[in-house]
Amino acid sequence: MELGLSHYLAVSAALFTIGVVGIFVNRKNIIVILMAIELILLSVNLNLIAFSVFSGTIAGQIFAMLVLTVAAAEAAVGLAILVVYFRNRGDISVENVDLMKG
Amino acid sequence: MALIAFYLMATVTLVSALMVIMARNPVHSVLWLILAFFSSAGLLVLIGAEFLAMLLVVVYVGAVAVLFLFVVMMLDVDFVELKDGTLRYWPFAMLVGIVFAAEIVLASVLGVHARPDAFDAAPGADTNAEAIGQVMYTQYLLLFQMAGIVLLIAMIGAIVLTLRHRPHVKRQNIAKQTSRRRSDAYELKDPKPGQGI
Repeated sequence: MELGLSHYLAVSAALFTIGVVGIFVNRKNIIVILMAIELILLSVNLNLIAFSVFSGTIAGQIFAMLVLTVAAAEAAVGLAILVVYFRNRGDISVENVDLMKG
Repeated sequence: MALIAFYLMATVTLVSALMVIMARNPVHSVLWLILAFFSSAGLLVLIGAEFLAMLLVVVYVGAVAVLFLFVVMMLDVDFVELKDGTLRYWPFAMLVGIVFAAEIVLASVLGVHARPDAFDAAPGADTNAEAIGQVMYTQYLLLFQMAGIVLLIAMIGAIVLTLRHRPHVKRQNIAKQTSRRRSDAYELKDPKPGQGI
């Protein structure tokens, strides 16, 4: 059996599912939620690149690069918000975020 | 041979992704995340997408994971307390996961008919990086610039969010320093002997 597109799609689907499950399992710990989002974006990238390579067009790899950019920006802003939240409250539990009004 | 390498790296990727969401200590989570990124970069090298693989290592392992590590270690949080009661989320999470996996499997079984198995990571060029470079600065110039703007805005946003000026801390005020004149800095006196000022 040759290395094919479906191999990569299977890995990517499993990675995506693990990321989604991770968000639900670690509902209290926002750092791990952010890491699970990174996993989901990684699976998206894997999908884009696999389709690009197996269809012989380069566009998908460019898009994967843009997704990578957005993922990096999201991590930076998310962690900055987390730091500010921790500074104001002294903890990072997600359940109390709605107390921070105004 | 390529298939063996694929299965090896796919297994490492998935196991380390599982460990990311299951590790008790978030520092361990970040380290597993780094391993997941590395092995998926290996998966990309396997089909010839070398440029994106190296980008993955540089951006994710070099920047994002280190940022995570930095924040996890900077915040003094009782993570054991955060981990309390996660056991009761597992059934619901598994349900959601199974639904997602089933949807993806259904979609790929129904949707992908013609499966091309020959891969070409560098169409119309010698190397993968060359193929990307041929279109990145021409066809996708606008997208490239917009990606730069996204990064700039994220950088400004992160700085604005986390910058704070503590009171009672002495700082250098360069504008004040450079606007000092000789006349308001010192004064010449000529005291007579034995009289004082």
